[in-house]
Amino acid sequence: MSESAATDRGLLAGYDPGGFYDELFGQVAAPAAHTRLVRRRLDSMALEELRRRAHDAELELYNLGITFLIMSERDAVDRILPFDLIPRTISAAEWERLEAGVVQRVTALNLFLHDIYHDQKIIKDGVVPADLVLGNPNYRPHMAGLDVPHGTYIHILGVDLVRDGSGTFRVLEDNGRVPSGVSYVIENRHMMTRVFPDLMQDIGIRPVDEYGMRLLQTMAEIAPAGIREPRVVLLSPGTYNSAFFEHIFLAREMGVPLVEGRDLVIHDDRVYMRTIGGLARVDAIYRRIGDDFLDPKAFNPASLLGVPGLFEAYRKGHVALANAIGTGVADDKAVYCYVPRMIRYYLDQDAIIPNVDTYICREPDSLKYTCDNLANLVVKPVGEAGGYGIVIGPRATQMELERCREKLLANPENYISQPLVPLSVCPTLTDTGIEPRHVDLRPFAITGSKTWVLPGGLSRVALRRGALVVNSSQGGGSKDTWVLEANPLGPGTMEGGRP
Amino acid sequence: MIHNLLARYAESLFWMARYMERAENLARILGVHEFQGTTARGQRDWYSIVRLNADEQRFATRYPVTTAQNVVNFYLSDGNNPTSIISAVRMARDNARTMRPWISTEMWSQINVFHNRMLALTAEDVRLPNLVRTCAAIKEACQTHTGITEGTFYQDEGWYHYRIGKLIERADQTTRLLDIHYHAVVRDDGAAGHYDVVRWHAVLRSAAGYHAFRRVYPRGMGAAQVAAFMLFNESFPRSVAVCVAQINGMLARLKSHYLLRGGNGAMEKVDEIQATLARPVERVLDDGLHSYLDWLQCRFADVTSELGRDFFGHGPPATSP
Repeated sequence: MSESAATDRGLLAGYDPGGFYDELFGQVAAPAAHTRLVRRRLDSMALEELRRRAHDAELELYNLGITFLIMSERDAVDRILPFDLIPRTISAAEWERLEAGVVQRVTALNLFLHDIYHDQKIIKDGVVPADLVLGNPNYRPHMAGLDVPHGTYIHILGVDLVRDGSGTFRVLEDNGRVPSGVSYVIENRHMMTRVFPDLMQDIGIRPVDEYGMRLLQTMAEIAPAGIREPRVVLLSPGTYNSAFFEHIFLAREMGVPLVEGRDLVIHDDRVYMRTIGGLARVDAIYRRIGDDFLDPKAFNPASLLGVPGLFEAYRKGHVALANAIGTGVADDKAVYCYVPRMIRYYLDQDAIIPNVDTYICREPDSLKYTCDNLANLVVKPVGEAGGYGIVIGPRATQMELERCREKLLANPENYISQPLVPLSVCPTLTDTGIEPRHVDLRPFAITGSKTWVLPGGLSRVALRRGALVVNSSQGGGSKDTWVLEANPLGPGTMEGGRP
Repeated sequence: MIHNLLARYAESLFWMARYMERAENLARILGVHEFQGTTARGQRDWYSIVRLNADEQRFATRYPVTTAQNVVNFYLSDGNNPTSIISAVRMARDNARTMRPWISTEMWSQINVFHNRMLALTAEDVRLPNLVRTCAAIKEACQTHTGITEGTFYQDEGWYHYRIGKLIERADQTTRLLDIHYHAVVRDDGAAGHYDVVRWHAVLRSAAGYHAFRRVYPRGMGAAQVAAFMLFNESFPRSVAVCVAQINGMLARLKSHYLLRGGNGAMEKVDEIQATLARPVERVLDDGLHSYLDWLQCRFADVTSELGRDFFGHGPPATSP
């Protein structure tokens, strides 16, 4: 690391990524040139100074109520998403590829959704097994034959990316239902400009401010035709939802009302909201409520969060919903494995961002490979959500592996397997100083008639040493994500551009 | 006319304003009362707050003994008492949380921090010797809220509901403040004495009206004068007359600016109140001040339920757009 640290006694002296790909340093053999200036500035800072600023940032997040809600037995507690001040940087060239990869992916997913709710060619051509799609609980027969504006089902997509030991970004998961986290991307940037302006100066960082405007523009694009100024609302489950802060944030960024199910009412298959002056027509809804809870008449009859009759209004084209209903079948774990094939099928291209290598055990070769390499693989049941039934080979006992093998052989179509990805790390402020911690990246794409990708995305960081799980519920935090500009101006960035 | 304000939002803004105003007024009452808490008579005075809020039963179940400190705990830091300051701040904060898409970030942040500070109050903070200081800090936090709101809150239809809520609560609290003390004077003495002057001082200082009162009434300080000042004075910002006149103006402008059909019921109730504000104060005292204050409080509740029906969506559900 001698190239990267400005001095032997600097903040980053002695930092060791421990063999993982490092987001700030790159690889030992090929140091990341684009982060040189950031490294130098960080290195010249005292640890106490960094801690003081981190403390300021944390206090401000708490005071501003930039929190998610954790329900305990007695009441609801606001927690901040821990924020780490050391940014994660992405070079212009890297981002260009990621952006193209995300656009490609969302395009294929939307074509897939249109296909399976219409002609089902991809099933008939034997590319994706019928039972995976039609037998999927998130496949909504209600949507069959329904045309959505611009053929877009997933208006907001969050793609979970990880970077492996060789520095290659891979897709771990798609979030095409109600992806969350974008508010932290923007708030993290605001926080950085307040507490770390000296680190950011002259770096040339792509802004993230236009997300709300883009989202509103897309909502207007998908609203029923012929309405000059469509009224858009954001539909939230309410103040006790863990992501309520994000709902507030997005409603404010778009300048639209934040409504709950009880604020909306359906008359003659049209949607209205209850205002102080009576009922007012609603044309497009950015809903942050899952399909099941959206309309007790059409879906889960026990839902109190939704709006009875909303689906019928939607079906008749009187109101737009983002995301569309029934997108959950496209971000399913089993269907995920087929996305590279979807991209080839619909777009005749190779996936720009590869999946994590996945062995689909319903295919004989993959089953054999999985059984032969069980101790090195992660085996995941496809039907389950939330990490249930996952067996991590390298960490499992012999008996667990045997039981896993039995289950696999008995019911191979229910499983996939993947190698354990050595997630990249990023220098992170911890109680014991600057240490490497694993990170992932969730870029966000907005699609109406075409797709726009927010530069960067949410970098989540696993704050516990060695932990690979970055989820906020598992003690994960986040970092500001800097996408560097392609043609930076000014002396600072010139310097940063030299190897 | 395109209406953007959800009925539920109007109600939340109305109550956010009311709870902040309530917290301020409770802090005013407790903060000034403190110097009387040392005598036996003072202990009784504390209990008069419990009585006037009709909290006897709730108080008795939570506190076996009536001491000044228990009453202070009950009204200041007891989160299980819905009429305490900490509860008022919590409700204001809950409403502010709901209203975050509509209010300014600075308003939200200040209420959020204030609420966190209330949660951090220690037993030492609420001990009688520290009460004045703690109440002053609470009052200042409420006034900071008022100032931030004045300087940052976008003045659309939501702002009208906020203002109306604040003014109704203020008028209501003024009647309660007057009632607490007037009650005690009449019951204990019948006739005016030196102690009553001390008491009227307390009322006027609670309401930050002492010096203004002196300018209007340079000589004397009796029940009639204090009641006239607190109820009918047209320049004192906490008087019922000033609050009601402002409510009237806000309602009229809200209706005309935003072409709202509703609001007539509330305006009629306000008219009813205004008609009583021109009476000679002696007549009011002869008829019984307490019963008049009671009547006013009922009318404020009427205005609130009229607003609920017309603007907050409490009425029969609309059947057509």
